Amino acid sequence: MKSLGKFLIFAGQLFVRRESFKTYVSLVIDECIKVGYNSLFIVTIVSVFMGAVVTVQTAYNLVSPFIPDYVISLVVRDMTVLELSPTIIAIVYAGKVGSNIAGELGTMRITEQIDALEVMGINSTSYLVLPKIIASVLMYPMLVVMSGFLCIYGGYLTSIATGIISGHDYIYGIRYEFIEFNITFALIKAFVFALLVASISAYKGYFTTGGALEVGKSSTAAVTNSCIAILLADYLLAQLLLG
Amino acid sequence: MIEIQDIKKSFNDKEVLKGVSATFEDGKCNLIIGSSGTGKSVLLKNIVGLIQPDSGKILYDNRDFTSGDKKDQSEIRREIGMLFQGSALFDSKTVEQNIMFPLDVLTDMSKEEKIERVNFCLDRVGMANVNNKMPAEISGGMKKRVGIARAIVNKPNYLFCDEPNSGLDPQTSMVIDELIKEITDEYGITTVVVTHDMNSVIEIGQKVIFLYKGLKLWEGSNKDITHSGVKELDDFVFANRMMKEFR
Ligand SMILES: Nc1ncnc2c1ncn2[C@@H]1O[C@H](COP(=O)(O)OP(=O)(O)OP(=O)(O)O)[C@@H](O)[C@H]1O
Ligand SMILES: [Mg+2]
Repeated sequence: MKSLGKFLIFAGQLFVRRESFKTYVSLVIDECIKVGYNSLFIVTIVSVFMGAVVTVQTAYNLVSPFIPDYVISLVVRDMTVLELSPTIIAIVYAGKVGSNIAGELGTMRITEQIDALEVMGINSTSYLVLPKIIASVLMYPMLVVMSGFLCIYGGYLTSIATGIISGHDYIYGIRYEFIEFNITFALIKAFVFALLVASISAYKGYFTTGGALEVGKSSTAAVTNSCIAILLADYLLAQLLLG
Repeated sequence: MIEIQDIKKSFNDKEVLKGVSATFEDGKCNLIIGSSGTGKSVLLKNIVGLIQPDSGKILYDNRDFTSGDKKDQSEIRREIGMLFQGSALFDSKTVEQNIMFPLDVLTDMSKEEKIERVNFCLDRVGMANVNNKMPAEISGGMKKRVGIARAIVNKPNYLFCDEPNSGLDPQTSMVIDELIKEITDEYGITTVVVTHDMNSVIEIGQKVIFLYKGLKLWEGSNKDITHSGVKELDDFVFANRMMKEFR
């Protein structure tokens, strides 16, 4: 409870005494590169394999003459859009970006770089943390969209390669009874998860005390807390928007 | 001149500063000395505003830094330069970007003016032509120099140094001390140095304040420090002296 209060004060601090708008734009662009561009590789790998595995396993579970083949790709599509891309990639994202944010801020804290900013009269919270959060909520939804495509594409490649279902059926299933709201839902999730990962990790890193050991601990705490928050939010959003 | 009046600070019931008053004079190196854990760093952080004191006043040339007036505070902040114990260079920025940083955020100088000023400061600390190195690529002593360059780049009226020569060999320590003294004389700024190094005290201590368990027990100049008549200070001074002679 106490740390929730501290977290809210921290969040409030983000929006006071800002530097010039131009400074923020360049900071946000830097962070976008760190947060988004540098995650492309891992997100690509995870997405393609996830798509492949889900296709194979769904096919394995649906061996029945009464179920048409295209149902496999339909299931792949819905799982990808609703859960796999926003949520599983969020866990990966927390591992990569969350630990990075916490490590960076923690190191800046223990080496007095944050104090150095404060002495110059800069609001270190908004200067360091706000760009990270903005970059995260800008980039993560894009990563999710990309992941969704790659995941479904991974499934497509597997289908053709192994002949589980024909390419034609796969495409047919992908387009069958498509619900547009699912995409909106995925993007809402992406936005919320991005916000959670960036702010929790920043909070953990920013309030590091001690030495190198504690920076490591903050990074770990950032990842575990982000993951828990993601899963909780995942459930709440599903209940609220789909339930 | 910086005047501090009855500064008190506790952390979770632990009283670290028990009412410290002192003045730090213009154009002089003012030293805060004392053994480990007596609250020197805490006092310095209070003075520069990194920690809010529980009570007491801090006056920068009669401008109240503790009044809570944001405008006054940011004005005073612009006139402060600080060298941190571990140099605290931003490790994602090059040496040049580090030194330029205060100019970027605090002034509207043109790019050319800024580069000129940065080169002047680098030159002043004896570190010309390292502009494009990253902090990780230079030694501890060099980092301190870059830290000093960053602290003086915006022409501060007040310079603060937290243990400028911790972690340095005696020779490099001396060079850094000299540099701080020269800069203080040259620009007539008010310099406050926290140290527990007796060599620095003898070398640059024009005014020395001795802290002991959160209280100021003595103040004077380096000339008088060996015959202060304060037992705790004698213990501190001669512990070091004895070590020196022992070697
Ligand atoms: N943020 C803090 N929270 C709680 N206690 C603190 C904090 N900062 C300092 N202290 C305590 O205040 C006391 C004085 O610390 P300080 O860092 O000022 O010592 P120092 O005189 O600078 O020592 P050294 O020469 O070793 O740097 C220590 O006992 C320390 O544990
Ligand atoms: Mg200290």
